[in-house]
Amino acid sequence: MPKITVPLGPQHPALKEPGSFLLCLEGEQIVDATLRLGYNHRGVEKAAESRNYIQAMYLIERVCGICSHAHATAYVMNVEELAGADVPKRAKAIRVIIGELERLHSHLLWLGVAAHEIGFDTLFMYSWRDREMVMDALETISGNRVHYSMNTPGGVRRDITAEQVKTVLAKVEALERRIKYYIDLATQEPTVIARTKGVGVLPKDEAVKRCAAGPLARASGVARDVRKDDPYLLYGELDFKLITSDACDVFGRLYVRAFEMLESCKILKQVLNWLPEGAISVKIPVKLPPGQAVNRYEAPRGEDVHYLKSDGGLNPARVKVRAPTLANFTSVDYMLKGDQLADAAIIIAAIDPCFSCTDRATIVTPAGTGIMSWRDMRSHGIEFYKKKGIDFSKVKVF
Amino acid sequence: MKSIREQVVAWARKKSPWLLHYNSGSCNGCDIETVAALTPRFDVERFGIMLHGTPRHADVLVVTGAVSRQQEKRLLRIYNQIAEPKFVVAVGACACSGGVVHGCYGLLGGADKLLPVSAYIPGCPPRPEALIDGIVKLLTRIEGGNK
Repeated sequence: MPKITVPLGPQHPALKEPGSFLLCLEGEQIVDATLRLGYNHRGVEKAAESRNYIQAMYLIERVCGICSHAHATAYVMNVEELAGADVPKRAKAIRVIIGELERLHSHLLWLGVAAHEIGFDTLFMYSWRDREMVMDALETISGNRVHYSMNTPGGVRRDITAEQVKTVLAKVEALERRIKYYIDLATQEPTVIARTKGVGVLPKDEAVKRCAAGPLARASGVARDVRKDDPYLLYGELDFKLITSDACDVFGRLYVRAFEMLESCKILKQVLNWLPEGAISVKIPVKLPPGQAVNRYEAPRGEDVHYLKSDGGLNPARVKVRAPTLANFTSVDYMLKGDQLADAAIIIAAIDPCFSCTDRATIVTPAGTGIMSWRDMRSHGIEFYKKKGIDFSKVKVF
Repeated sequence: MKSIREQVVAWARKKSPWLLHYNSGSCNGCDIETVAALTPRFDVERFGIMLHGTPRHADVLVVTGAVSRQQEKRLLRIYNQIAEPKFVVAVGACACSGGVVHGCYGLLGGADKLLPVSAYIPGCPPRPEALIDGIVKLLTRIEGGNK
């Protein structure tokens, strides 16, 4: 049978964002897929270097409109680490509240988009209607629906009043009932199961090998969550479960995200009912001492890594963002191969792609120029931890 | 005084404008608010507005985000594929002028650097109410026969 190549994107009705996929087809079956990214490359990292630490925060927040709090928090955690600031507990609690509300809105958004991709527009409309409850809660706290701008180096900008806590708690409880309904719907509705079970399979070893992050990895049975592995903010003190699934397909990703929403509600109820008293921010100097910092944050899509370098000046010397979607794109071509063309949209949508997060520039230079390959980096890590008395050489990566 | 033919055409254009949404380098904030405007709380389908997938079906091109250099040609091509009469709506501060990312090396600038923009909807991102207001204002202008 002759092979034909079908381009998908950059403008495509199913994907709201520009990303281009070249699908090589044999009949209806996808035999090969090539990915082309970079349509949304704006140059945010470079622009951050010409702004001071506070201005850069508002810019970094706009790396992505869906997980804006994730980027802003990871960035300010870096600034605080360099400044050696002790952030008040109340500020951390407010960050957790916004972070979990953001996860809820992102997962509900994804549920709607995924439902749309499988042609279940009723569920799309339902989940987006309920998402407005989360948007209202975010607006009550921060005054804005999308870019909350709650963070500031050293803490948060707005306090939460007792009245706001009551409003948000009522919304979270109402939402919890709706989420339970979605869980029933998504796991029992035959049309959903028919379109998601066995589609876009990514086995566990492949997920580990391809460095999958977030719900994609957890749906392949890899228990990986920064909130558990390397607790930041208050996550170490909170009671929540790490949701994993062994389904390894789109259904598993649906399952993980649906149950994660319930866990987010649980976290929100804990933090809102126990909001520590005290200040909401501490002062941070305008100039930071020279140094480097790396922080990780569990964004709704997975592990978000931020790097910040200061040379002692007013502006950051280097800001680097590694968004979770970039880690997940390496799995997409594997998942597409062998599936039907009609399933391509839901397979791509199932990683919850965010192209504006992803499109950072990376320069690949040949060996011997001081830039490490994956193998070099691993041996460097083993050496580094050996000096601290931990032996990682026995750990099998893949 | 307009002829009856012109009046009928203006009336037909005002009814049911179909949108084509294109993310030309946005952060997704405007995109999720555009989609939110279509969902039950705001429901722009009341005005006959629908989101459509192909340029050939569309009347209004909704551009979100500053135009990145990578997308310049693609955006122009999509605009050229839309049948006349066509209108461009710039949604969000970035599409209006470049916004917070103004002057970044990967960007051309606001949508009006490339296309004739009929309506600007400012905000970072604009609320769905603002979007509805902007599109209804555009419809009123179409009724008057202006571009």
